[in-house]
Amino acid sequence: MTVTATHEGPVRPTKSAAEVAADATQRDIRNCWLLCAPALIVLLCAASGPLAIMLMYSFLKAGDYGGVLWTFSTEGWFSVFVQRDIFDETLSLADAHVSIFWRSLKLSILTTLLALCLGFPTAYFIAMRPLQTRNLWLFLITIPFWTNLLIRTFAIMEMIRNHGIINSLLKSIGVIDEPIQMLFTDFSVMLGMTYVYLPLMVLPIYASMEKFDFRLVEAGYDLYASRFRVLRRIIIPLVKPGIIAGSILVFVPSLGAYVTPRVLGGGKRMMLGNLIELQFGQGRNWPLGAALSITLLVIVMAALLIYVRSVQRRDGGHG
Amino acid sequence: MAELGMSSAVTRRAFSVRKMTGFTAVAIVCFIMLYAPLLPLVAYSFNSGSSIALWEGFSWRWYEAAWRNELVQDAAFRSLFVATLASTFATALATMAALGTTRTRAYRGLTAIYAMINQPLMVPEIVTAVALLIVFAVIKTATNYHGLVYLITAHTAFCIPFAYLPIRARLEGMDISLETAAADLYATPWKTFRRVTLPLLWPGILAGAMLAFVISLDDVVITEFVKSPGQDTLPTYMLGQLRRVITPEINAISTVLLTVSAVMVTFFFFLNRKKM
Repeated sequence: MTVTATHEGPVRPTKSAAEVAADATQRDIRNCWLLCAPALIVLLCAASGPLAIMLMYSFLKAGDYGGVLWTFSTEGWFSVFVQRDIFDETLSLADAHVSIFWRSLKLSILTTLLALCLGFPTAYFIAMRPLQTRNLWLFLITIPFWTNLLIRTFAIMEMIRNHGIINSLLKSIGVIDEPIQMLFTDFSVMLGMTYVYLPLMVLPIYASMEKFDFRLVEAGYDLYASRFRVLRRIIIPLVKPGIIAGSILVFVPSLGAYVTPRVLGGGKRMMLGNLIELQFGQGRNWPLGAALSITLLVIVMAALLIYVRSVQRRDGGHG
Repeated sequence: MAELGMSSAVTRRAFSVRKMTGFTAVAIVCFIMLYAPLLPLVAYSFNSGSSIALWEGFSWRWYEAAWRNELVQDAAFRSLFVATLASTFATALATMAALGTTRTRAYRGLTAIYAMINQPLMVPEIVTAVALLIVFAVIKTATNYHGLVYLITAHTAFCIPFAYLPIRARLEGMDISLETAAADLYATPWKTFRRVTLPLLWPGILAGAMLAFVISLDDVVITEFVKSPGQDTLPTYMLGQLRRVITPEINAISTVLLTVSAVMVTFFFFLNRKKM
């Protein structure tokens, strides 16, 4: 152990590989932890730690004017799915919550499917471009992804308003007399989320297509497969990791969407995110809000776990 | 059209192996769909009338109005201030963390570190926002301090993974033998870092800082829940305005924000060109 350890763990040419490995000493590892520490502390204070505290809050009693009373209670979790009648204390299923859960799931799944239908051909299209222009197409997908989500939602709102562009256009060519009510419906929320999260579908599918070996497709055609069969039996199975990754990447933020349903759903078409906000605002039921948040988190984590599993099964492709 | 050119040499009937019927059409629709809604948004920011549906001629009127609006000014300065500080902090922390996670072989706890760094990417924003609301509410009542520190801390935290990823990618692509050579020539660790590692890492750091800046500038949800009254940033100001009668002023602000994001991402694209 004569080597002075730096954080890089210097490698002396005279040392054998085994010795070098052995030199990754306690001290090296401690340096690594020290380097990571500031970031971890900030994350602990403003990301992981608050989640733990929220878990605790979900087991407390709601205060009258927001906040909590420091007594243990399972009321918060209880009221996620069950409601108590104010007058006779009878219990019944919390219809409002169930319908919001259902809408969130339904809209997220529909959004994912729609994004897949649009995103898969687009990724394919990009992967088929010659190398020189491919990055440009990819860049065109990336730009909207990095621009403000609120602004893009606002743009969609402008398009589908009653006096918006689509309705004016349809009216001027005489297809409709009265504007179609598109804004503030489930449809508008789904459309908005698809628009906003579409790049998240295209990028991973493209990534798995990029390395695709087209001789396999040629072989398929040589064996008299139709285009559809080639697509179904050769291309889709091989880019499946990308499809799964894209679907998860769209599904997860859709399920937790807050801005899009708030702007395009107009208060009536609430999703989970809005229901959670409600508990911290007018609802003044922080424990219920905390319990709902954790429920959402658990669903998201389950989806992510499925994704990780499916990636690992396929000889550990990169995340 | 391009796919015809590529395969016509191979088969007589120009049967393209790569072509899929209808895919190109869907892709074109997709690209149009991504950009079409933004065009009227930008166009109406130059409207001389006060409608966002009726075009009355070109003017800079709404940009001037936004510029003179004290609320907008305030929000814009706050946005820039928070984004600048948060992205700087996040980049510094992410650079250290990237150095601490790439230059050695795997050690115990590495997975936990990855999980923590990537947490803001995995947990839905609304969940983090609400959790922060709870914690900061306690701190706010306890200390009676309502300043911008809460916003900056929250932004720093969720910017860390965005800064970390490009920096780590850059580090992993770097040849470690240069640093080893420096160390062999009796450079101190600090000197090796300053004279060898840092210059090589610089593009990654810059890219990370830009992404962090854009992410912080655009954030709505966490800001909305963490801010104290009167601490609107541009996005939360806009979110509030969307409930009222919308004038092209909002379009003007949107256009400016869109431009800033697009310019920064373009820079990022060229910085990391080889990586993508």
